[in-house]
Amino acid sequence: MRVGIVTFPGSLDDNDAARAVARAGGEPVRLWHADRDLRGVDAVILPGGFSYGDYLRCGAIARFAPIMSELVPAARVGLPVLGICNGFQILCEAHLLPGALTRNAGLHFINRDQRLRIESTGTAWTYHYTPGQEIVVPLKSGEGRYVASAAMLTDLTDGGRVIARYLGRDPNGSAAGIAGVSNAAGNVVGLMPHPEHAIDTLTGPSADGLGFFAAAVSRTTAGQVSA
Amino acid sequence: MAEGGTVSSRAPGAAGTGQDTVEDAACTPERAQPYAELGLGTAEYERIVAILGRRPTDAELAIYSVMWSEHCSYKSSKVHLRRLAATMARSDALLAGMGQNAGVVDVGHGYAVTFKIESHNHPSYVEPHQGAATGVGGIVRDILAMGARPVAVMDSLRFGPADAPDTRRVVPGVVGGISFYGNCLGLPNIGGELAFDRCYAGNPLVNALCVGVMRHQDLKSAAASGPGNKVILFGAHTGPDGIGGASVLASATFGDASAGSAAKRPSVQVGDPFMEKLLVECCLELFGAGIITGIQDLGAAGVSCATAELAAAGTGGMRVELDAVPLRDPSLGPAEILMSESQERMMAVTEPGSVAEFMRICAGWDVPATVIGEVTGTGRLVMTWHGDVVVDIPPSTAADEGPVYDRPAQRPASQDALAADDAAALPRPGGAAGLRDTLLALLGSPDLAAKTWVTQQYDRYVRGNTVLAVPDDAGVLRIDEDSGLGVALATDGNARYTRLDPYAGAQLALAEACRNVAATGARPLAVTNCLNFGSPEEPAVMWQFAEAVRGLADGCAALGLPVTGGNVSFYNQTDNAAIHPTPVVGVLGVHDDVRDRVTIGFVSPGARVVLLGETRPEFGGSAWAHVMHGHLGGSPPRVNLISERQLDHTLMAAAAGAMVDAAHDLSDGGLAVALAESCLRGGLGCQVRLPGDPFVWLFGESAARAVVAVRPGRESAFTQLCADHGVPATVLGTVGGDKLDVEGCFAIPLTELAAVHEHTLPALFD
Repeated sequence: MRVGIVTFPGSLDDNDAARAVARAGGEPVRLWHADRDLRGVDAVILPGGFSYGDYLRCGAIARFAPIMSELVPAARVGLPVLGICNGFQILCEAHLLPGALTRNAGLHFINRDQRLRIESTGTAWTYHYTPGQEIVVPLKSGEGRYVASAAMLTDLTDGGRVIARYLGRDPNGSAAGIAGVSNAAGNVVGLMPHPEHAIDTLTGPSADGLGFFAAAVSRTTAGQVSA
Repeated sequence: MAEGGTVSSRAPGAAGTGQDTVEDAACTPERAQPYAELGLGTAEYERIVAILGRRPTDAELAIYSVMWSEHCSYKSSKVHLRRLAATMARSDALLAGMGQNAGVVDVGHGYAVTFKIESHNHPSYVEPHQGAATGVGGIVRDILAMGARPVAVMDSLRFGPADAPDTRRVVPGVVGGISFYGNCLGLPNIGGELAFDRCYAGNPLVNALCVGVMRHQDLKSAAASGPGNKVILFGAHTGPDGIGGASVLASATFGDASAGSAAKRPSVQVGDPFMEKLLVECCLELFGAGIITGIQDLGAAGVSCATAELAAAGTGGMRVELDAVPLRDPSLGPAEILMSESQERMMAVTEPGSVAEFMRICAGWDVPATVIGEVTGTGRLVMTWHGDVVVDIPPSTAADEGPVYDRPAQRPASQDALAADDAAALPRPGGAAGLRDTLLALLGSPDLAAKTWVTQQYDRYVRGNTVLAVPDDAGVLRIDEDSGLGVALATDGNARYTRLDPYAGAQLALAEACRNVAATGARPLAVTNCLNFGSPEEPAVMWQFAEAVRGLADGCAALGLPVTGGNVSFYNQTDNAAIHPTPVVGVLGVHDDVRDRVTIGFVSPGARVVLLGETRPEFGGSAWAHVMHGHLGGSPPRVNLISERQLDHTLMAAAAGAMVDAAHDLSDGGLAVALAESCLRGGLGCQVRLPGDPFVWLFGESAARAVVAVRPGRESAFTQLCADHGVPATVLGTVGGDKLDVEGCFAIPLTELAAVHEHTLPALFD
């Protein structure tokens, strides 16, 4: 499986995402923000970082990058897309996912090894996990506080679209402890913590994050979510 | 700078542009110039006149004022640093040494590593957030200029008393600035130091370290060679920020703290980490394209420094059109452009035929680039402003031939009284309860408390190669995924020790950094340093400096380690109060395979806890004396570099042979604090029994010691290893349980230790 990783100016975890894809047995394909070309990939990852410096709202400028004009329509017809951290912010700005990410409750950037509970396994990126499974992956963000309207939060919960919640001490004040959500079809997922930094215990707190990348790589008809 | 009025760049001259030209300067020798306001002495000004055979133009005066500043010229430290170079250990690993932007060492497999630490003290006091942020940006460009990809940063921080109101202004600003810049730039922060002391109240220390990796053949030189080659300025546009940062800010003492810092705010630069990230990627693509003849970062003294140093190190001449420099503020004149320290800029030399490709690569990263001049064979650095010549100097007179002072150095008489005031005479804790209270007090003191409040604001994971970071003894990075080749880095400096004895203190800092690196299993390979001192115009400070440099030189020679470069920061004082002499030593070590790394944490129940080294009743400058008595006096721990070396080799061999699964260097707070940290890191307690006076064993700070946990089954091999290396090994007990249990003294639950350890910094700064 060929998994595209988009590099925007200011993307930082693009190499890490590529490494994680390769570790999971996939072929990472580098995509450039200024190209209107997805190079025929089977899935796309928007990596962490500070696209265009994020001096405006995080992700607000990346949303208008040329590559997004290809990615958004493809995502709407089922292309699996995972946005990690800044990628999650970009997906919200691009209206592929509901809600928004705002400044952490404590106003500090927070980097910690974060316990998460996988809530929904019915998405293109989480079906390698079991419902309720606890994993530990690094969280590292200054604007990771998920917010959405009360009605939307209800929809997300009822629709099985909350894919992961924070466990233990609240890191950033996210509504309902939400760490990640998916679109209704389950092909587009946004996650604030960084599974690409948890692919082995040498460089990460665990190898728990590999499941996200393995999902993209081993995607079969059975595992695929209908769009 | 417009408000300061010290640079009369808009003074009417004879030429049509309104600038002071070389022609004007020759005709108006009597014109008074503001050299004193720019930080130059009368004799220095006269020397410039003698070099040029006329008065300097305003633009030339700007160049000399920043290039001859203490910060850029090392004029007070040079005579001592030369001694450091002369006594330095020969090392085959050294590919580029002192005097370069950063030292470069061979780490094997064709890889080279470059690293350097630099101060940004005064800017970080005036404007903590931007001051610290641009400190990171500056050191990263130094590493980049060597041809390397920057791969990690560290920061060594010292502030006034933790509970002082101004410290609550400075600490969050500095930490936030490092977090803002380093995180956005995408460099993991893998370690450093945090200390508090009254002596830094008006002058905090912010020392930033960066490490970079390259292949041997990628090494770049900062030289403008080949007449006709083009000089390109690229990166951010030049603005009026940081004008005179090197001279009026970095090379002068703070006067009245509040008024002085407000007046100096325009001398602090403003950072844009996003532009720096683009600049890094752009430079690496330029390097890869093979079209860079020479490259230099723009840091202190900006365009002045880059042009003068590139020209002086190359063919010798350069012609620059200053009006071609892209400006953020179009009202800037030549002198201001020359003195501006606007961030995120680089200067490169390329062949004329490569200019188009150079521009194409820069455009791909949205990095502005402008040809501003070319290399010449004239031996002169000539700069024009709309056609008029405003600078015409021999570049080496600015870059290399600045004034050198052998300033008077005198051991102050008060040093004897300080040494006589022995900490051994202080009242010691009585009984088991007293020892327990002492440990908790130390563990919760700002210097020894958990650094989580700081480190959780830094990204330590980005780039995916961070193997160890704070709270382990050293930061460890993987360089090569296939072989596991990696490096370890530690910075250390105990200013209390150095205050008591600058020679020994510098050696203790060096020895501690080596121990920290060796504790992870790495082989110490090279040394960098950041020497933070008071005013060199005070003989007592100069004595401290000379002694510290001598100690460092002797120490490096004894340990067989080359000093690859460093930085001197003088004038760290407010009015007449100098900081403690604070040499910060950074040591780089090599891991043949990072998978063999050892952490400080106790992780195996039943592992044998062994103390390596000799314990003596040494309390001068100790954390116990400082925290419990507010006392500083006596002598620092005895230095024995042979013992240090034996210990380091034992730790390295124990890691390589998988004999230990925890190793922790003993330093501030002694064995008690080290055991507590190892328990907390690994989440397991230990039961130990002390062989002598518990107070001395728990809190003494004898050097050349470490505590290890020997893997079950490897006890006899480890005992043999220690014997082979001549390292005393004392079996203390075993790992296990959920308490730090010191027989006959106390048994403290890890939950209680953790609460005390973690509580302090959030309570102070949140």
